[in-house]
Amino acid sequence: MIESHLPAYIALTFVLFSVLIPVFGLWKKELSQPLAVIGSGIAAAFSLYGFINYLNNGAIRYYFGGWEPPIGIEFVYDGLSGFFVLVINAVAFFVLIYSGEPSKKEFPGKEMPYYALAMLMMLGFNGMILTGDLFNLYVFLEIASLSGYALIAIGEKPAPYAAFRYLIIGTAGGTLYLLGVGFLYTITGTLNIIDMTAMMPMFAESTAAVAALILMIVGIGVKAALFPMHGWLPDSYTYACTSSTALIAPIGTKVAAYILFRIILWLFGIELTDAVAPLSYVVGVLACIGILYGSIMAIAQSEMKRMLAYSSISQIGYIIMGLSLANPWGFAGAMLHVLNHAIMKACLFMISGNLRLKEGHSDVSRFDDSYRKKYPWTMASFSVAAISMIGLPPLAGFFSKWYLALGTIDNSNWLFLAVILISSLLNAVYFFRILEKVYMMDPEKGQKEPKDGTYNEVKASMLWPTTIFAVSLIVIGFANAVIVGILLDIFPM
Amino acid sequence: MLDFFTGHYAYWFTIILLCVGLYGILFKKNLIKKTIGLAILQISVVLYFVSIASKWDATVPVLDPNIPVDQVASYLNPLPHTLMLTAIVVGVATLGVAFTLLIAIYNRFNTLDEQELIEKIQ
Repeated sequence: MIESHLPAYIALTFVLFSVLIPVFGLWKKELSQPLAVIGSGIAAAFSLYGFINYLNNGAIRYYFGGWEPPIGIEFVYDGLSGFFVLVINAVAFFVLIYSGEPSKKEFPGKEMPYYALAMLMMLGFNGMILTGDLFNLYVFLEIASLSGYALIAIGEKPAPYAAFRYLIIGTAGGTLYLLGVGFLYTITGTLNIIDMTAMMPMFAESTAAVAALILMIVGIGVKAALFPMHGWLPDSYTYACTSSTALIAPIGTKVAAYILFRIILWLFGIELTDAVAPLSYVVGVLACIGILYGSIMAIAQSEMKRMLAYSSISQIGYIIMGLSLANPWGFAGAMLHVLNHAIMKACLFMISGNLRLKEGHSDVSRFDDSYRKKYPWTMASFSVAAISMIGLPPLAGFFSKWYLALGTIDNSNWLFLAVILISSLLNAVYFFRILEKVYMMDPEKGQKEPKDGTYNEVKASMLWPTTIFAVSLIVIGFANAVIVGILLDIFPM
Repeated sequence: MLDFFTGHYAYWFTIILLCVGLYGILFKKNLIKKTIGLAILQISVVLYFVSIASKWDATVPVLDPNIPVDQVASYLNPLPHTLMLTAIVVGVATLGVAFTLLIAIYNRFNTLDEQELIEKIQ
């Protein structure tokens, strides 16, 4: 019985806890973080159960109030949405466990509003993924974005300005998306995605459909930080506090990428997308430029958080590139990269948070070899995550790039293949730079014991999520065949 | 040709508003003016939705005993209007968050000019 209501339960869990946290938080503010952990834990358990249920029994369509679409609105729990919901809720669960300590230090006394907003943001993200209605998607997009702006504005002195820039660009993007929905509504007369998919072949030559698609790609591309629309991302991620960045960075851009997948591969289908102009190739080229630009800018940064933010622009490029390939291998690679990058980026931002908490900075030029004695587990997790980002086997990052490369070979798209290879080398430059400072001896000084190497690791509630993510990268690396097998079944063609 | 302009004047008006909004967002240096541009951009889309709902010789979507229900051409399409109620609420919420952020920015930097802000941050 629980299965048929599952999509609604996942979203309702977050609604419930976004109300419970202010109620209990006003009474005892220490309760807000455990409540947020419980809320996201329940949602993650529902998503895991739902995904297993999807594998056994197939997709669920949940009609609100029993009104069948296209009149009513619905939540669709199919392979794609099930996978994304599982990834974001699992990552958010661990990040919320982690954020207990840093939140006490970074904004003492304001935990209650922070966690209530975090729950609202997760509601928005889950709703965006689950909804089967284009206008509902816009509403959930704005819920997630508005709480996201507020979360990003917590942090260093320039954080509100970074959040304001994100607000202006993000809302303009959301408005363009809404205009695109309007165009589609005028030609089809429906807002339901599945209903509209059935009608789309009638509008293959319609310029309104193409205009709607372009408006939607631009609007959602802003949220996904696709190359020319990425301007808001580096400042937002750098100045926001550790807890916010670790929560938003792994999840936010992935959910926007999900909408691009849903629109291009499901709603329009790749033939219709390319019917008038080779739009999918244009998106792919933008993704390639983004990959190279992000990697090169990351090399130029000395602040670790800013470096990771530019690296995010580059990694989202891989996911969009897999979308533009539109073949099973490219799709599986992109989906696997969604999972891998969510874990890797969460892990790396947590490590930068650990260092900020203990050292007071995360400036790469001031790293030295005493770190490996002071923070053995943090730095070990960093090595695993960094090597996975570069893409060395047997870690998870290698396999997503491998399947993406297979996809480019399938399409004989040698430009994209070259970009994947070059970008891996660039990733190696900016991550080995840190590994070298921490683990290699200084050739000038010769072999010597690391200075003041007393063990000074962060608390267990911060350390465990970091190491669990690092270990899961190894596990995913070995289990990649199973995951890709599932992902290949999700591919719509 | 002239028909194309006069026949679609509601859309031309929407396009002009859209361009005014985008201009405000892109080129104005004052953050308050940028926010105003954002509001105009959102309103242009709201007006677009409202204008696609209109019909000639149709009445409000409330059941009139003189007009049978199956005569749909006699009633306006209510859906875009209801959608836009939500979109207007979203717009108001966005403006609220934007002004909160502007107050925080002003308290920290004592200016709302983009050029001065960038200089103060670096």
